[in-house]
Amino acid sequence: MSTAVALPAPVVEMIGVRRFFPGPPEVQAINGIDLIIGQGEYLSIVGPSGSGKSTLLHLLGLLDNPTGGVYRLDGVDTMSLRERRRAVLRGERIGFVFQSFHLLDHRTVLENVALSMVYVGVPRRQRMARARVALDRVGLSHRMEFAPTTLSGGERQRVAIARALVAEPSLLLADEPTGNLDSANAEAILQVFDELHSEGMTLAVITHDDNVSRRAQRQVRIVDGTLKW
Amino acid sequence: MRDLLDEALAGVAARPTRLILTTLGTVLGVAALVGTVGLGQTAAGQITQRFDLAAATRVVVQPDDKGGQEGEAATQLPWDAPDRIKRLNGVEAVGTVSSLEIGDDLVENVTGLDGGEGKALQVMAGSSGLWDAVRAVLKTGRFFDDGHDQRADKVVVLGKHAAERLGINRVDSQPAVFIGDEAYTVIGILDSVTGRADLNDAVIMPNGTAKQAYKLESPDAVEIRTAVGAAQLIAEQAPIAIEPNNPSTLTVDAPPKQGAVRKGVESDLNALFLLLGAVALLVGGLGIANVTLLSVLERISEIGLRRALGAARRHIAVQFLVESVIVGFLGGLLGTAVGVILTVGVSWVRDWTPILDNRLAFGSPLLGAFIGLVAGTYPAWKASAIQPITALRGT
Repeated sequence: MSTAVALPAPVVEMIGVRRFFPGPPEVQAINGIDLIIGQGEYLSIVGPSGSGKSTLLHLLGLLDNPTGGVYRLDGVDTMSLRERRRAVLRGERIGFVFQSFHLLDHRTVLENVALSMVYVGVPRRQRMARARVALDRVGLSHRMEFAPTTLSGGERQRVAIARALVAEPSLLLADEPTGNLDSANAEAILQVFDELHSEGMTLAVITHDDNVSRRAQRQVRIVDGTLKW
Repeated sequence: MRDLLDEALAGVAARPTRLILTTLGTVLGVAALVGTVGLGQTAAGQITQRFDLAAATRVVVQPDDKGGQEGEAATQLPWDAPDRIKRLNGVEAVGTVSSLEIGDDLVENVTGLDGGEGKALQVMAGSSGLWDAVRAVLKTGRFFDDGHDQRADKVVVLGKHAAERLGINRVDSQPAVFIGDEAYTVIGILDSVTGRADLNDAVIMPNGTAKQAYKLESPDAVEIRTAVGAAQLIAEQAPIAIEPNNPSTLTVDAPPKQGAVRKGVESDLNALFLLLGAVALLVGGLGIANVTLLSVLERISEIGLRRALGAARRHIAVQFLVESVIVGFLGGLLGTAVGVILTVGVSWVRDWTPILDNRLAFGSPLLGAFIGLVAGTYPAWKASAIQPITALRGT
């Protein structure tokens, strides 16, 4: 916590963020959350299902709009942004890693990774080169021209991580990244996260698995839409 | 922009079997359209070509049979009408033709080889220019010329059927026929004429001979063969050239304008098939809309992913729209190819000259693309309205 406060510009700054889903019955999924994630921090958010952690992930990832409160990403107030600007910010600043990978089956591994640079204006010529570097970083340089369907679960998740990293986001947001993996593959993914953390990447991992959560530098629990630590 | 195209192309190419099935409706529709229009144009071209040969260059001038007393024509055609007409630009050949009043005179083969009985055949008179004007083709012998005309030689040319009835099929032995009591030498037998079928059944003599033998006062009609496309012009000018003081006393038979013929035939042929093609296109469009919609539902997670990667709603909408335009365009392209092959194939079998408007060949793929555009609008809008969180929730 002390390191996060010491850094000048936090990546994530949430103050009193609320998210209600209009009913009936009205659901208060997120009820006044204050959260600061500093640069280079490795944070895990744990909570049982129904605790609002998916909603928090969506809010963090700019996939959803808070009902109230303040959310600044890299110092940018996201509440006042219009949808198109939010899409750009999302593409540029946030790398997503999903539980179910979300790879395009009909495209090669390399193309899947390059895809995340299409919408953020990286010149075409740079994309393939950067995608190769990113795949190399997660140890998949030998799988570049493969179809995702021929890869193991652990490999697919590493492709997804490479895709999340290649656009050089400010925040890597992982939603149950090991949920579909066996323990050996899960461990490999967590090691990749450790490496990324040591290289200075800011990570937020949302999970219900304490083994995953424990690897993080800082842990917060979410219960009934509020954070506890 | 190129990214968009790449993504759309990849999206389309991902499911080749489905792509083919999706384009099928458009292929059929465009093929029906192109084939129909192509065959229509081809057929109309053939018909018009036949019209060209037979009738489109024929102009006939006759005295108006109204206005005179007791059915008599108000005016008489002058003998020099062919000379007057010949000066007009666009006239290729001109001649006069008249039916002769021969009373009870019968026509009989001098040798009696036809059975010895007189035949009631039509006897006609013509100028030397008549042959060229009606595109007469000889079976044997020769036509009479100005010399025969001026000398009033007793010579005749037999129409094809008249020659058969008289039992005359060659002229090298100088056969002769009696018309009434007068003998006439047969100098030629016609094989065919166009426009004046009555000549086939007639015995034709020079005008000069007819004037002497039957007191022919004036020609019945002037037959004019014009250059292609000049018929309407000649039809306007001929009465004035023949009867400058009183052109309205003459009637002119001229072919309808060529364009009118072609258009009339085309519209008749095409209306039904065009309707058929339109229905097929509608079905094709619905097919594209349906499959695109299905594909939107299938690719919800892809849509969510793209949104997470920074795609705005319009990126999603445009991608699906472009995909459906590509599908439509491919369908149009294939359909055009099928239609063209159909047109050429039928033309080949029927020995026609295939005629196909270039605008049709190049426009039809665009029509397919347009159908894709229309068909893709709703699915594209639907895709863009999908919330990323909904889209990413799935497994």
